[in-house]
Amino acid sequence: MMRWLFLFVLMALPALAEEEVVLGLSHDRVSITADFNGSEILIFGAIKRETEIPEGPPLQVIVSLAGPSREETVRRKERRFGIWVNTESVVVDAAPSFYAVATSAPWNETITQVEDLRYRISILRAIRSVGAPMSVMNSQSFSDAIIRIRKKNGLYQLLENTVAVDQQTLFRTSIEMPANLTEGAYQTRIFLTREGRVINQFETVIDVQKVGLERWLFSLSRSNPMAYGLLSLTIAILAGWGASTAFRMLRNG
Amino acid sequence: MQIFLPIAEVSVNLFLLLGAGTLVGVLSGMFGVGGGFLITPLLFFMGISPAVAVATGANQIVASSFSGLLAHLRRKTVDLQMGVVLLIGGLVGAALGVMLFNYLRSLGQVDLLVRLCYVVFLGIIGTLMFIESLNAIRNTRKGRKAKRHKHNWIHGLPLKMRFRTSGLYISVIPPLLVGLAVGVLAAVMGVGGGFIMVPAMIYLLGMPTKVVIGTSLFQIIFVTAFTTMLHAVTNQTVDMPLAVLLLLGGVVGAQIGTVIGLRMKAEQLRILLALLVMLVCAKLGLELVLQPNELFSIAGVGGA
Repeated sequence: MMRWLFLFVLMALPALAEEEVVLGLSHDRVSITADFNGSEILIFGAIKRETEIPEGPPLQVIVSLAGPSREETVRRKERRFGIWVNTESVVVDAAPSFYAVATSAPWNETITQVEDLRYRISILRAIRSVGAPMSVMNSQSFSDAIIRIRKKNGLYQLLENTVAVDQQTLFRTSIEMPANLTEGAYQTRIFLTREGRVINQFETVIDVQKVGLERWLFSLSRSNPMAYGLLSLTIAILAGWGASTAFRMLRNG
Repeated sequence: MQIFLPIAEVSVNLFLLLGAGTLVGVLSGMFGVGGGFLITPLLFFMGISPAVAVATGANQIVASSFSGLLAHLRRKTVDLQMGVVLLIGGLVGAALGVMLFNYLRSLGQVDLLVRLCYVVFLGIIGTLMFIESLNAIRNTRKGRKAKRHKHNWIHGLPLKMRFRTSGLYISVIPPLLVGLAVGVLAAVMGVGGGFIMVPAMIYLLGMPTKVVIGTSLFQIIFVTAFTTMLHAVTNQTVDMPLAVLLLLGGVVGAQIGTVIGLRMKAEQLRILLALLVMLVCAKLGLELVLQPNELFSIAGVGGA
């Protein structure tokens, strides 16, 4: 009797707490300072389990790092009157400002399409576009353009085979973040998969923030643009006048 | 060394930025021009969005004109009456210009507007300057001189006013219109507009050459300051660190440029400047005509 109950519970909670992620990060915040030149984040961890390592194909790990999503307007140029002009535009409902996904094996071996659809892991799934205006033909090309442009700028990265997994227990990877980052909470997700199915998921957040003078100037320009405008005029005038006065004094001995 | 610009949200090499400021400063010192029409395209080429480049350019011009205006005020070579009339036109023009700018920004066409304006104006000015300085070189060889005062249609307009410092008695309508046009250009292109205003003051209004520069600086400072404020308040696209860095380079460059300028002949200088203006124009023009590598763009900072 007891044995049956035990089996039943085991079946009702598939994979729950069987293999779990324990995560470490080299740093959980990125500060954008005046001389910010990009950042490398080391993501590492272990897989905690109470039981033996299950038989069968090895465990795979997927790490994704996503910047804040927002609505983006994408425009397409066409030749009009001999020059290239923005014509059609499509508003993509949500596209992350940064998206990196690292896997421990080639993409197709780590996760099935169905699971990708459910958890929105691949770059294509991370972008949400509900519908383009009827007048626009081929609206998919606009979402593709976001991916293409951001891949080129290092903002979207698909890093296959870059998560190192030791003994199906320890894993580590590093993700390069370029200099042109947007501020916000960067959602970090770790997925454990077996045979393409997600068996455990872990989430945490990396904070990316402008700090110091950069932060102060940026927030002033948004919260009190009048004061910001006056301040930039004053500072620029003082700097220009000061520098030319200094030069004149230098020349006149 | 990279430096992250908080408003433009790009990181740019510090020395490239200082170098660009210095280069434009050298040119403005050599040729006696403000250099706004060179700084803004340079910022485009560096990958800064036109909205930020224009707004920051305006801010930078306020500062770089300030010490010049002080010097002219000391020498009393500013026609304040004329300056105020030009300024009234300029403020209205700047307001209209920023409205136009923001309207086109909402349509996603501001990038095109700014670039087209640059191509058209740089093209016209470069060509005119080139022809004029060729003529000037020919004329100085023959020993002829240009005449200033001419009686034209301007003297028939109503609302006349006496401008003592310039020794003029003319209608306020032409200076108001000149000011207006310059104001629109300041708002849309992030330039001072001296390259339009100075010839207009000499040839159209008939002002004496010695008060032209001081008076135009007077108008430029207030109009660009107003433009900076408008852009800062409506678009939040003024990048303060960028303006200051360009300015520091510019001040140093201007000193070097003045020294070089004194050693060269005026006509040769003008031909050089004309060629430079035409070169920048050609580069911007080609970018509009040739098929871009990437037909799609994501609306960036300032919506451009």
